[in-house]
Formats: sequence, C-alpha cells, structure tokens
Amino acid sequence: MLRVIVRRLLQLVVTLIALSALIFIWLRNLPGGPVEALLGERATPERRALLTKALGYDQPILVQYGKFMQRVVTGDFGNSIRTGDPVTDVISRAFPATIELALAAMIIAVGLGVPLGYLAARWRGRSLDNLTIAGTLLGISIPIFFLGYLLKDVFTQNIHWFPPSGRLTTGLDNTNVTGFFVLDGLLTREFDASADALWHLILPAITLATIPLAVIVRITRASVLDVLNEDYVRTAEAKGLRHRTIRGRHILRNALLPVVTTIGLQTGALLSGAVLTEKVYNWGGIGTLITDSISGGRDYPVLQAIILLAALVFVVVNLLVDLSYAFIDPRVRVR
Amino acid sequence: MQARRLKTAVAIAAVAALAVGAAGCAKSERDGDSGEAKTGGTFIFAGAGDPKNFDPIFNDDGESFRPVRQMFDTLVTHKPGTADLEGGLAETWEHDPDGKVWTFKLRQGVKFHDGTPFNAAAVCFNFDRWYNMKGAAAQSQMIYYMDTFGGFAKNEAEGAGESIYNKCEAKDDGTAVLTLNKYKGAFPGAFALTSLSIASPEALKKYDANTVTQNGDSFSYSAFANEHPVGTGPFTFGGWDKAKNEITLNRNADYYGDKAKVDKVIIKIIKDESTRKQELRAGTVQGIDFPAPADRKALEGEGFQVVNRPAFNILYLGLNQKNPKLKDLRVRQAIAYALNRQQLVQTKGPGGAKVADEFQPDTVLGYAPDVQKYEYNPDKAKQLLKEAGAEGLTLNFYYPPDVTRPYMPNPQEIFTVLANDLQAVGIKVNGVPRPWNGGFKDDVQQFGKHDLHILGWTGDYNDPGNFVGTFFGRAKAEFGDQSMTEMFDAIAKADGTVDDAGKKAAWEQVNRDIAAKWLPAVPLWHAPPAIVVTKDVKGLVASPLTDERFNTVSISK
Repeated sequence: MLRVIVRRLLQLVVTLIALSALIFIWLRNLPGGPVEALLGERATPERRALLTKALGYDQPILVQYGKFMQRVVTGDFGNSIRTGDPVTDVISRAFPATIELALAAMIIAVGLGVPLGYLAARWRGRSLDNLTIAGTLLGISIPIFFLGYLLKDVFTQNIHWFPPSGRLTTGLDNTNVTGFFVLDGLLTREFDASADALWHLILPAITLATIPLAVIVRITRASVLDVLNEDYVRTAEAKGLRHRTIRGRHILRNALLPVVTTIGLQTGALLSGAVLTEKVYNWGGIGTLITDSISGGRDYPVLQAIILLAALVFVVVNLLVDLSYAFIDPRVRVR
Repeated sequence: MQARRLKTAVAIAAVAALAVGAAGCAKSERDGDSGEAKTGGTFIFAGAGDPKNFDPIFNDDGESFRPVRQMFDTLVTHKPGTADLEGGLAETWEHDPDGKVWTFKLRQGVKFHDGTPFNAAAVCFNFDRWYNMKGAAAQSQMIYYMDTFGGFAKNEAEGAGESIYNKCEAKDDGTAVLTLNKYKGAFPGAFALTSLSIASPEALKKYDANTVTQNGDSFSYSAFANEHPVGTGPFTFGGWDKAKNEITLNRNADYYGDKAKVDKVIIKIIKDESTRKQELRAGTVQGIDFPAPADRKALEGEGFQVVNRPAFNILYLGLNQKNPKLKDLRVRQAIAYALNRQQLVQTKGPGGAKVADEFQPDTVLGYAPDVQKYEYNPDKAKQLLKEAGAEGLTLNFYYPPDVTRPYMPNPQEIFTVLANDLQAVGIKVNGVPRPWNGGFKDDVQQFGKHDLHILGWTGDYNDPGNFVGTFFGRAKAEFGDQSMTEMFDAIAKADGTVDDAGKKAAWEQVNRDIAAKWLPAVPLWHAPPAIVVTKDVKGLVASPLTDERFNTVSISK
C-alpha cells in the first residue's frame, strides 16, 4: 500500500511539472497580456515597451519559465497582476468559497443521488424509475449556465425566495475564521451570518449539483441492478437473511464501488462546473478567479497557480478514491 | 430499531427546520434594522470590477476612481453635472502671462481624515512626491502623471521625457505656487484629474506610500494604497473585504463641503452585467453603472431612474494609412460619405446619442460649428472611389466583440451596420473580431495590423488636447505611422497657445483641417452613458466625466 502511495506521489510531481511548463508556454503565447491590464487604455507604445521590459516579457520564454520555477520551488507564486496581492493570499481567499460550494453540491448530489439510484433500481420499470431516468437525462444535458440563470430568474426575480448573487447579504458583518461562511457563523456564534450564508448557498449548490447528481443516480442504479442479479444476493435471500442485512451488507456495499469512483471523477467536474456556476452567482471563488484572470488581462501568476492547484486537488482526490476502495472492497487490499 | 430510525428522522427534520427558520429570522431582523435606521442609512452601488488600489496617483481606471473620488479631493474640480471647472481644495487659481506660474488660493480650515491640516505645504508635498517618484512605481504605473507632466526629477528608464514640473512653493498656509518649465494646454483642466488628488502627507509617510515593489510579474502597493488611504473627501475609508468583494466608505463628519447624507457607502463588486441588473431588481443594490442600451427602456418601465450623463466621449472609425489605398484622401472621404451615421445612431445608439462631426464634444473649447460635414451620400462615395482608382477595394475591419465601453456599448452591432454601408458602395469588408484584451488593442494600437477599426474615448477633463491631441497629436500605429507632420505641428501649436482667444481659434482651425484636409478617422457618435438607481435614491448628480460624488445622495424610505 505504501509503495502505491509513493508511486502515485511521484507521478503527481511529474504531472505537475509537465503541466506547469505547458500552462506557462500556452499563456504567454496567447494574444494580449498583463502589460495592457496594468497600463490601461491610455498608455503610449513607449510605456508598453518599458513595462514589457521591466516585467521581463522580452526575454526568451525558457528564461522566463526558469525564473518562474525558481520562485515556485521556494513557495513564491508571485503577486496577482490585477490586485498586487500575493497569489497565495488571493487563492486562499477564494479557495474556501469554492470548497464550500462544491461540498454543498456534493452533499446534495450524493445525499439524493445514492438513495434515488438505489430506489430506481429496486423498482425497476415502475413510474419512479422512469421518472428518475428522464430526470437524469435532463440533468446531464442541461447546460449549467442556462440552469443557473433559469433558477436565478425564477427564484430571485419572480419569487423572491433567494438572493441573486454573492455569499452574504451586502453589509452584513461576519468574522472570517476559516473562510467557510456557514461554518464561520457557527464557530463565532454569529448564527445570523451563518443562516444568511446558507441562504445564499442554496441556489448555486443546486445548480452545481445537477450534473453530478444525475451521474450518481445513473451509476448507482446500474450498479445496484448488476448486484441484484449476483448469485450471492440470491443465495442470501434463499438463506432467509433479513432484507435489511441483504440490502446493506450485500447489495449496497458491493454496488458502491463504482459509485465512489464516480464521485472522485465528479470532483473534477465540480471544479470546472464551479467556473460557470460562480460566474452566474458572483460567488467569488476559484471559478470566478479563473474567469477574471483570463478576461481581466491575463493574470499569469494567478492562473498558473490555480491550474496547478486544481491538478493537485484532482490527483489527490483520485488517490483518496483509490485508497478508499481498500476499505470498501477487501479484495483490493489483498491485491 | 424502528424507534431509533424515527428519532434520527426527527433530528434531521429539526435541524433542517432550524436552518430554514434561522434564515427567515435573519432576514426579518435585517429588514427591521434598515427600517428603523435613525441616521442616513447605506447606499449600495454595484461596481463592475476590482479597483487596483486607493492611492490616486497609481490609478487610471473608473473602478478605482469611483471609491477614490469619495475619499479624496482635487485642487480644482468640476461643477456637478458638467465638465466645467470650479474651485475644489483651491478656491481660486491664476497663472502668469506665460502660463508657467500657477498660484492657488487654498480653502481654509480643511482637515485630512487623520486630523492633520490641509495647507499649501501639503499641496507641495503631493506635487513633490509625484515628481520625485522612483523605481517600480515611476517606471510603470503613473499614467496620468506622465500624461500631464511628462517625466520625473530623475528618469530611471527610457521612454520618460523631460518633466515640465519645476517646483512648488508654499508662500503661506493658504497659497501654493506651482512653477512649470513650460505652458501646457492641459492646465488647469488636468488639476481636476482624480489621479492628481491631494493626500495627507502624514499618512503618505506613515504608511510608506512610495514603496511599490515588483514581485515576479506584478507590483504590490503600500499599506497607504491598500489599507489606509487618507484624503479630505466626504467619505473615509472603511475597508475592503476581498472575500466578500465589498468596499466600505464611512461618512466624514468633518467634511468641509456638503456633508454626506448617508452614513455609509458600500461598493459591491459584481462583474457580471446581468447579475448587476438582477441585484438592482432584487433591491440588494441601489445603483448600477452603464446599463446595456437595450435594457434602458425596460428598467425605466420598472420604475428605476435611468440617468443619462451628458456625453463626453467619441466613437470613431479609424482609417489606417499604412494601407496605401487609404493614404489617398479621396478614399478616406469616400468611406465617410458611405456611412449612414444618422441611421447608426438611431438604430444602435443608446438613448440621447448624436452624430459626431468632430473628435470632441461641442462643450469643449475649440469646437468649430463650420467644419466640413460628411452627410450620407453613397453616390458620391462611389464616385470618389472611382476617381482614386480604388474600386473593388478590400479592407480588414478590426473590432472587439467581447466588451462594452461607455462610448461603444455594442461593438458587434456597430461593426455590422458600418460594414453593410461600406459594402453598399463596393468596398469589400473582412470583419476581424479580436478580444479586447486578447489581441484587439495590441493589433490596432501597437502593431497597426488593421485597415479599419472602431474605437473611442471618454474625456478626462475639458480640453481639446485631451481629445484631438490624444488621437492625432503624433504618429501612431493606430492611424498608420503617418507623415502628417502638418497636423502634428498644428496640434502642438494649439496646445501651446496660452491666451484663451488664440487657443480657441487655433483649435477650431485644427478641427476644420482634420475634417477637410487630413481625415485620419471618421467621427461616428457621442453617446451618453447612463447610470441607474432605484427610485428611493435622491440627489445623485450624473457627471459627464463619471465623476459622481455620493455625498449628495440620500435614500428615502
């Protein structure tokens, strides 16, 4: 097991280095650049040339990459071009927002998806099953952007149940402890802020949860159907075991393996879905940061750090998923 | 077993109910708070982007200027709702016959937010600070200072010219005398530039304002710029919560002018245009900027106040004379005649837009009512093209489809209309869409890859040099690296004329010659950008320079 972890970690390092080079070269070959963003509309060509030189963009790309890596290994990702803040500050501010949103979405997706998929399989061909299949098809095919605007239009503009955007009502004070606003409110006993944050979280979380929810329902359903036909289930039933035991120990536990894999893979989908969802809801997380950093004048330092971080999260989550197999399925441990 | 399951279900239901209840309760408490507000309340305005920082001299964009304008004052300012000058921190100002020595009589009894007095020494401290700036700050970030003064005490990098700033003397507490090396037409208008706001010398020193450091690809600013901006304005800095994207400004009870009516201004940064609109409709913000032209009517219909700012901008069609065909004046004139600008204004212009015949609004000195006008005349256009031997001309037309600018709310649509007009007279148009920050500005302004392009400008202060001079005062890739030395010289001469009558005459002649002899571009329209507020907002004075000060704003309940 240890060897597996070490090997995966080494793979991770190689992946990250290759990715960093790729991003670095790609970003710098895009038209436009941070010089425009820094200088604004009124700069003369001389000023542009001056700043290009000051920032070292006139040097060969390998030299630039070398300097970048030199700083990165010391943990310095530079400062954001747009705001001047250290990239680590910018990201650590945005990261909890995205994690809070992704977690809420995952809770909805798993919390609803697994039971729904299970029930659909149990009552295969009945109306609940048909309805679920139709629903998941819709869920998978509906563009997040569209769904976000649709939900917002209905629930914030027509019936004013939820706020249109942001993480907290403007002007409402809260104490920032972890950056997870719902949790912060509970920790500091600012229950008002906590409830307000939860109130803001609901629509974006539903929007972001839609695709993973649909996928999880389908995978769970298919997986449970497979297991239902297995000999050991029939044996268990023949032995007269209690239904509860059969469902829990034999069916669900065995059916969960592909579901867990899916949850891991959906983490990546969540991160990319967050870009759109956050834009629609002005969420202020990593997704917003990515779009701002691209459209707001090629904020290279922030973009590079985010993409590396996203890759890191993705690889680590998948590592955890692989490890969790061992706990769910003893056969993996033996291997 | 059954009982335990029931208990779990009840517990889950209880937690859910509590959360929903708390949310509802939280909302009603908040509503109660604002309803019972005894003082002026809070004005929440939706900003469209992050400010860079709050040190005026390092900024050049509207999103930074909006909060800066609430906290800082300038020596000279604009009469509310106009681009005309009036006294700011200086009650009066005058210059010697050469236009080199400027004497400011300062307002008395004014204090900075930190309690230190505003006086002539403070004014000179600010001018000296800008002039003596070094290092990263001087090299890259002081766009407006460079535009106005041209250089530093010691230029550390190439590209900076000789400074026209000579010295500043505090004759007494109430008199500051500024000496320039030569006259420049930008003054006194440029003294009203938000970038040249006067900051507290004590705070500048205390919070290390001049230290700008370059770290990798970027610059980081001082505590003054980020956490402790101190001016004399109607609001003091409350904080910038970057996790919540909110800038808070508090009422300055000691303000010398009209004290703010609201207790607090919050600028909430919402980058998505449609989200800003939804927040306005939901009542969570009370003002938004630059609504899309298509939305104006709907918003008005819903009871919002859509306030048109007087148009202080220009949209033009640039003609790049690097293309030999476009070097021929007749071809440029043919293009001007081919465009049905009246129709463009009517179909694509925001409410209140009007056809432009010159590259400056008619409220700016030097506007000549008698310039050659190019009324829509496709036959004449075709004839001119024939005379010039430019029939069957093909031109690459660059435009940025991804932005809205105050002078150009819908570039894609403007392009389509113009391209149709040109094609109608036999000019083949290749549309080249390029993202604003992803190639358009580079290709047009730096490399001059285009034949035609649409671009524009919002004026910074009331001076023709800030419009016509900015565009055509020297050779630029945007219009072809022209050899129009005659035009450059005429503009330099007009800009250097000190007496008002002579200056007016010189600029009028420049505008006549631009239209008739040079035509480096075709002026299209002046479009008033709008600002929208909810109906309970009173007292907002829209400014042609987007120089709105929120101290006049009140919220009626």
